Amino acid sequence: MNTHVAPLFVVSKGCFAYRADNVLRDIDLCLAPGQFYGLIGPNGSGKTTLLDLLTATRSLHSGQIIFQGKALGDYSKKELATRIALVPQQFTMGFDFTVADLVLMGRYPYIHRFSNPSTRDLDLVDEAMAVMQIQALRHRLITNLSGGEKQRVVVARALAQDTEVLVLDEATANLDIHHTIEIMHVIRKLVRDQGRTVIAAIHDLNLAAAFCDQVIVLKEGRIFSVGPVAEVLTSQLIAEVFQVEAQVQAATPDHPPQIHYTLS
Amino acid sequence: MLSKPPLILIALGLFLAVAIILATGMGFLAIAPLEVIQVLWAKARGVGLGADINPTFPFVVMEVRLPRILAAAIVGGGLAVAGAVFQAILLNPLADPYTLGVSSGAAFGASLALVLGILGITVSPLVSVPLFAFLGAMATLAAVFALAAPDGRLSSNTLILSGVIVAAILSAGIGFIKYLADEQVGVIIFWLMGSFVGKTWHDVALTTIFVLPGLLVMLYFARDLNVMALGGRTADTLGVDSRRVKKILLLCASLMTAICVSVSGIIGFVGLIVPHLLRLILGPDNRLLIPACFFGGAILLLTADTITRAWLPTELPIGVLTSLIGGPFFCYIFRKKQLGQRS
Repeated sequence: MNTHVAPLFVVSKGCFAYRADNVLRDIDLCLAPGQFYGLIGPNGSGKTTLLDLLTATRSLHSGQIIFQGKALGDYSKKELATRIALVPQQFTMGFDFTVADLVLMGRYPYIHRFSNPSTRDLDLVDEAMAVMQIQALRHRLITNLSGGEKQRVVVARALAQDTEVLVLDEATANLDIHHTIEIMHVIRKLVRDQGRTVIAAIHDLNLAAAFCDQVIVLKEGRIFSVGPVAEVLTSQLIAEVFQVEAQVQAATPDHPPQIHYTLS
Repeated sequence: MLSKPPLILIALGLFLAVAIILATGMGFLAIAPLEVIQVLWAKARGVGLGADINPTFPFVVMEVRLPRILAAAIVGGGLAVAGAVFQAILLNPLADPYTLGVSSGAAFGASLALVLGILGITVSPLVSVPLFAFLGAMATLAAVFALAAPDGRLSSNTLILSGVIVAAILSAGIGFIKYLADEQVGVIIFWLMGSFVGKTWHDVALTTIFVLPGLLVMLYFARDLNVMALGGRTADTLGVDSRRVKKILLLCASLMTAICVSVSGIIGFVGLIVPHLLRLILGPDNRLLIPACFFGGAILLLTADTITRAWLPTELPIGVLTSLIGGPFFCYIFRKKQLGQRS
């Protein structure tokens, strides 16, 4: 990690308890900008809770989170909304908004309550739709889209928000492999070409290994390990955290590390 | 996004004004629309009328019909707007102003006031019925919030379930009150069916004081409501304090419902059908939908009230009429939409 760059997030002694199943204890974490972080861990290990804390939709019970040199709690919601965007996993929409309307909602923090969107807002919406290749769906109703199309709209909405940090909570968990890889490529490109930071909770370890720079491993509400993919994702860690036997095939210049599970 | 909408709102507003004038002219004593306008114009300027107009008209227009018509319009508008907001907050297009048990609370309060009157305990039901109905509605809302509160996010499922539970308890309470009322149970039943008979300027003022400010608050938060359709978590990361907006708007919509119910009795389906239909026509943008619902609800309830008042041989309770027409109509729309989605 480059030590000359000021850290993006610093979490120190973070504790959070809501119910028995989402407890986080003694979280110490330092996240650098311009990296693709994968957040992995078994179900109930606190991944979503940690993401909620980083996006300030929940607050720590003790400890603190510093974001870009200032306590997270000192930012207004509007300020944070121009810096951090969230792509959630499930998305149910009971109302017939059009795709364009929905992506435009990503511009909400920038548009005054009673104003119309500016040309820049509309340009960014177009750009986000172009990146996700959903321009053709522009006038379609969100309720009539397939799962894959819907999730692309949701990612486009977050892109239109034009933030330095993108938080993905198992954003591809409901998608087939084709759409998953497509979305991960787009996200990867944002990190590489535009220096954005991505923090993504990911279930599929191979996916994390293929696309992330660093992984954060959670187990039972504690940070088990943090570091570059190649160093952290070992068969020993997988056995300890997930109770699964696996062989990790080391990365080559052409291929990311691959995990082969022993199925017996 | 908001280019043509104002035109639709202006059209709806004009339509409502025309409906009010036409309805004022209708009834046992027919008054031509032009004469209604003349009466209103003379009143507004505070001058006397020309000799060509029947001298009983001003009394009929100003003291008998207009208060009732305006009360019906404001209650209709209030219920429809409250419905639109409940649907948007609970993320459920089938929610209505009564989902959270507010109507049962009002009904319980009103029944209590009526039975106390029957038992000879309380003051004039003219004061006690609206007051008790309002207090009943607010107490119910407090109970529903308290039940749903442990879930800090006020999730729609918890809220709806709490509303159903509280409503069930209250309806048993109403049953008991009806039993106590014995032979005079008719008074309670008639109130529960809803009516605008004998509404005065006092009722118009009371509903306006609650409905108009409530409407303004809802318009202020209309854009936040749109974003909240993405779910509370996403809305929060877009800069909306969704929990706060939810609480403010639930309170606002419930207050509006409570005041409407306390004045008119229970009038079903307006709060369900109007927002639902207008959403099909205008789309889900609350900035347009909420004001459109106000006009739409006002026009619908005013029309229904005029039908029972001026057309039907005997006056039917309006709550019965709206449910009888609204229910099947809603089934038709709902079914058609379902079939449409499948194809």
